[in-house]
Amino acid sequence: MDDSAPILETRAISLGFGGVRALSDVSFRVETGEIFSIIGPNGAGKTSMLNCVSGRYKPNEGQVMFKGRDITRLTPNQRATLGLGRTFQNLALFGHMSVLDNIMVGRHHLMKNNFLTGGLYWLTGAQREESEHRRHVEDIIDFLEISHIRKAVAGTLPYGLRKRVELARAVAVRPDLILLDEPMAGMNLEEKEDMARYIVDLNEEWGMTVIMIEHDMGVVMDISHRVMVLDFGRKIADGLPDEIMSNDHVKRAYLGEDDMDEVA
Amino acid sequence: MAQMSLRPCGDFRTTYRQDKTIFDTRNSRVAMAIFLVFAFMGPLYLDPYQMSLAIQICYYGIAALGLNILVGFTGQISLGHAAFFGFGAFSSAWLNNTTGIPVFLTVPLAGLMTTAVGLFFGAPAARIKGLYLAIATLASQFILEDFLVRAEWFTGGSSGSPAGPVSLFGFELNNDGRYYIFALAWCVVMYILGANLMRSRDGRAFVAVRDHYLSAEVMGINLAKYRILSFGISSFFAGIGGALYAHYLGFVSAEGFTILLSIQFLGMIIIGGLGSVMGSMMGTVFMVLLPEAMKMLADGMQAMGDIPSLRDNLDFLREMSIGMAIILFLVFEPDGLAHRWRLVKSYWKLYPFSY
Repeated sequence: MDDSAPILETRAISLGFGGVRALSDVSFRVETGEIFSIIGPNGAGKTSMLNCVSGRYKPNEGQVMFKGRDITRLTPNQRATLGLGRTFQNLALFGHMSVLDNIMVGRHHLMKNNFLTGGLYWLTGAQREESEHRRHVEDIIDFLEISHIRKAVAGTLPYGLRKRVELARAVAVRPDLILLDEPMAGMNLEEKEDMARYIVDLNEEWGMTVIMIEHDMGVVMDISHRVMVLDFGRKIADGLPDEIMSNDHVKRAYLGEDDMDEVA
Repeated sequence: MAQMSLRPCGDFRTTYRQDKTIFDTRNSRVAMAIFLVFAFMGPLYLDPYQMSLAIQICYYGIAALGLNILVGFTGQISLGHAAFFGFGAFSSAWLNNTTGIPVFLTVPLAGLMTTAVGLFFGAPAARIKGLYLAIATLASQFILEDFLVRAEWFTGGSSGSPAGPVSLFGFELNNDGRYYIFALAWCVVMYILGANLMRSRDGRAFVAVRDHYLSAEVMGINLAKYRILSFGISSFFAGIGGALYAHYLGFVSAEGFTILLSIQFLGMIIIGGLGSVMGSMMGTVFMVLLPEAMKMLADGMQAMGDIPSLRDNLDFLREMSIGMAIILFLVFEPDGLAHRWRLVKSYWKLYPFSY
C-alpha cells in the first residue's frame, strides 16, 4: 500500500437542498488503512457526507477524490466497481432474498456471467463461476458468524442479524474503502462488541479502510484512528480521538456550553 | 434457527453446485422427469379439445413467464404485455411470408424482433417507476395495438395475416399432436432458460433492483441497464409465445391483443405467484382451465334442471370467474399457487406431526 496518497480526499464539498445547506465547505482526507469516524449531533450532515462519497448525492461544489481520481461525477455503481462499499443507516437488505443471495449480489461487479450465459447455465461456465464466488461468500459468512442463517429470508431476521448481513453484503463487494453508516445503532452491548470486533478485523485482517458514522462515543474513541466532527454542515474539528475529546468546539457542539454560559 | 427446509433428513449437500440445483431433491427431479415424459406423450391420450388447451397452456405459459420476469422479479408493472405477444405473432408470420425463412427459425427471430420493440418501449423505465411506469406501458399497449391494425405491409391491417405451418426438415407439423410437441419443447426450453437466469448473476440483479434499488446501485448494479434489460427479456418471451400462437392458429388478426389479454397475463402471474418461475406455469394452467371448470360446473347444474339464465350467460360467468379468482387470490393467497404448493409440501413432510 502506498502511504503517501490518501485513499479518499474531499475538497470543499458543499451540498444544499433548496434553502437548506446540508454541507458547507467540508474538506477531509482519509489515509489508506485507517478507521476514520465521523461524529456530530443529529442533522449535522454526517449521512449527507457519506452520500456524497458513495454517489447518492452529487455535491453542488467541491470534489471527491478516490485513490487519486476524481469520482465526483461517477454514478454509485461505477464507484462500487472502483472499490467503494457501504452500508445504510436504515436497513437496506433485499428483503425477499435469502441471506446467501443478498451477499452474492455484492459479488455482482466481480462476476462476468450475464443473462445469456446465465440462461445457458451449464454450457457457458456460469455454474463454475457461481460456485467460485460462492466460496468467497462463504468466507465472509464464516467471518461474520452468520452461517446458521445462510438460507433464511433476509426480511425475516431480527435486527442485529440484519445489520450483520448488510455488513457481509458490503464486504462481498471487496471494497478498499468501506463506508458504515451507524453500524451499531439500536444494538445491545454484546452485539456492539461483536460489531466493533468485526470492524477492527476488517481493517486489520482484510486491509479495508473504514469510514464510520457512529453515535456511541465509547466505541468511536476506542477503535478509530482519527475522528472528524461535523456540526450544522461544517467541519469543526478532526484529529486523534484524544484531541477530539478535549476540543472545546466539540464540547460546545455536543453539550451546548453556549446555553450553559448564558444561564450562568 | 427456524428456517423452512423441504429436504428430508440426511440429505446433505457437499458441493456448492449441489446447493444450487433447480429442483431440491432427487425425488422432485425424478417426478419432473416422469411428468415431462407423460406430457410429451400427450398426443397419445389427449382428445383434440384437450390438446388445444394444452397448446394454449404452452404458449401462454411462455409469455406469462416473461411477464413474471418483468413484474414479479424486477418489480416493474407492465400493462402492455399482450401487445408484445401480438407483435411476436405478426413478426413471425411476416418473416415467414415475406422472406420464406422456415417457421422453426422465424419463431426465435420473432422473439428477437419483439425484444427490440420491448427495449424501445421499456426505455422510460430508466427514469420512471411504479404507477407512472404502468401508465407508460399502457401507452405502449395502445400504440402497438394501433400499429398492428394500421401497418398493412406488416400485419395485413384489419384483414389479418396468414401464418404458415411449421415444418422441420421436410417433416410437416400439420396436426395438433405434432404442433403440441413443438410448442411443448419450446415451453420446456424457455422455462429452463428462465430458471437458470434467475439463479445466476443477472437474475439476482433483477430481484435486487426490485427489493431495494438504492442498495442495488451501491452494489455495483447499473439500475437503468437492468430495468430496460428486464423489458427486453420479458418481450423476448412474449414474442416467442406470440409466434407459437400465430402458427398454431394459422392466422393472426390484430383484435386479439387487447388490454384484456394483458390483464389476463397479469392475472396468471398473480394467481401463480409473483417472482416464481414455476408459479407462472401454475397460474397459466389455472387461467386456461378455469373457464373449462366453470363450463363443467354450469353443465352439471344444467343437468339438474334447465336454468335458462345460466345457459344464456355462460360467457359472462367465465369472465366473472376470472375476475373473482384474481380477487380471491389477492385476498387469501397473495403469494400465489407457488406458495400454496410449498406449504402443501412442507405439510406432508412433517405429516402427521405438523409442528
